[in-house]
Amino acid sequence: MPDSFQSPEIESLEELARKIRIDILEMTTMAGSGHPSSSWSPVEILVALFFGGILNYKPDEPWWPQRDRFIMSKGHAAPLLYAVLAHAGYFEHDEIWRLRQIGSPVQGHPIQGCMPGVEATTGSLGQGLSIGIGHVLGGRINKLDYQVYVLLGDGECEAGQIWEAAMAAAHFKCDRLTAILDYNKFQETGPISREMALEPLVEKWQSFGWNAVEADGHDIGDLIEKVKSASSVRSKPSIIIAHTIKGKGVSFVEADFTFHGRALTPEQAEKAREELLCK
Amino acid sequence: MQIGEIAGLKISKPMRDIFGEALLQVCTENPKVVVLDGDLGNSTKAELVRKAFPERFFNIGIAESNLVGIGAGFAACELIPWITSFSSFLLCNAYDQIRLSVAMSNINAKILGSHGGITLGKDGPTQMGIEDIALMGGMPTMVILVPGDPASMKAAVKAATDHVGPVFLRSSRLAMPHIYPEDKPPFKIGTANVIRQGEDLAIIACGIMLGSALDAAAILEKEGIQARVIDLHTIRPLDKETILQAARETGAIVTAEEHLLQGGVGSNIARIVCESHPVPMRFIGLEDVYVESGDPFDLLDKYHLTAMDIVTASRFVYAAKRSGE
Repeated sequence: MPDSFQSPEIESLEELARKIRIDILEMTTMAGSGHPSSSWSPVEILVALFFGGILNYKPDEPWWPQRDRFIMSKGHAAPLLYAVLAHAGYFEHDEIWRLRQIGSPVQGHPIQGCMPGVEATTGSLGQGLSIGIGHVLGGRINKLDYQVYVLLGDGECEAGQIWEAAMAAAHFKCDRLTAILDYNKFQETGPISREMALEPLVEKWQSFGWNAVEADGHDIGDLIEKVKSASSVRSKPSIIIAHTIKGKGVSFVEADFTFHGRALTPEQAEKAREELLCK
Repeated sequence: MQIGEIAGLKISKPMRDIFGEALLQVCTENPKVVVLDGDLGNSTKAELVRKAFPERFFNIGIAESNLVGIGAGFAACELIPWITSFSSFLLCNAYDQIRLSVAMSNINAKILGSHGGITLGKDGPTQMGIEDIALMGGMPTMVILVPGDPASMKAAVKAATDHVGPVFLRSSRLAMPHIYPEDKPPFKIGTANVIRQGEDLAIIACGIMLGSALDAAAILEKEGIQARVIDLHTIRPLDKETILQAARETGAIVTAEEHLLQGGVGSNIARIVCESHPVPMRFIGLEDVYVESGDPFDLLDKYHLTAMDIVTASRFVYAAKRSGE
């Protein structure tokens, strides 16, 4: 993204978010599998990062050493990542329709470098934050001052490695690391509060030495403001706990957490398409 | 009695010290090398780097999953991370992280598994890495190195650093004999070294078993049996050509490893031999067992990982070969 980039109107970003939701619907319906509801909840977060003037990147030079990093730790939201990278210009938009097809690089969960802009291999949950720390510490050695953003799922915060990384990021004063937690309140088998209580989340991260703030995960303006202000906090890492709705954008998916790991049927997809197109 | 004594070899410093010196050397030569420690730098000897290059040394603490993940991030910054810990803790705690972030991502990271095998001795089975080669065998992109001599340990650290891609290097606590000249050991990843000629049978060994293989060859020679000894310092990629040449030319093979037989080096060799040139074989290694605390040499005796065990196996395959001729 050139330095002269001007933050576009929020309205056009919301329109882009709607297009990306439709991409996710079509990709996972064509593939007949995938995680549409987990991909829909953090759409605005990625739109804010990639198109809201936060991430510094060059789509035609995806591994530009000075690029800001985005690591999708909740790898099952891969369809969202591919759709966003396509809209950002990393590759032809048509590539995304090959999701989960044999012989295609568009893997079911992200594999580092499988597509330009895919920074890390994820899908076994809990691993992305540690990788982000490595990018920050590596940047120090290479004397490059980029930012590193990691999208976490809420369920994966049950993994011990997340808290190993939380401890280490504060220890190493990784102020160039910003995590964004897609707090949609559901994991595969049910509500987080029922399956494995995570609260109090803000206090947990603060007690690990992080700057922790909450945001409305579907309000692009709020996200841009909170992420930008977090990036300027010095000597400690930041986390934005973004409250989201799993399956956001499609009413009957929002109402049913069991959509976690399955695509919509063609009939359901038709209804979802109508809802997303009407908005 | 020291390993290699029968063969007239001189014993060296403990391998971990050799590793630490070699790691310091590559850090000195290459500013892209960074070292990550799982709070065992004083045991693995990675701490030598901490003193010399504190800005390139990171103690990640007792958190192996995080250790590997952070290492992967360094590799993505075009640095060369050496991720170091005990073989047992690193592989068993962070197997999934090594699988996804290192092997599947095919990144340029190096993993030191120190204290491999049973010869760390008295600390007991919780600390022993007896399954590390099998576990790393499950990672298709991973180069696996098990040097058996101080000079080749140094060469292995250099070769691993220069190789582009994931490498696992196994080290051990024990002192090993000098087999190669200090200055220029033959060491090329994927190329096994024939270190003793012989046509009656071949002993293929790695790590500390290499010195014992030479001891066994010296004993067998007195019986009129000429054993070829092969230093299989690289377990992946396996040097099929040298193995099959040994099968064809000697007609009998003994393998020796300080590792579980299940999934170990011998089973990999057997697959190649069975497919292309079957010959009588015997396998020296650990049967299905967790060994106990004890003096390293007592453990080697009790669990049949000595030169005499190799001799017995050699006599067997040699006799089997002759009875089949």
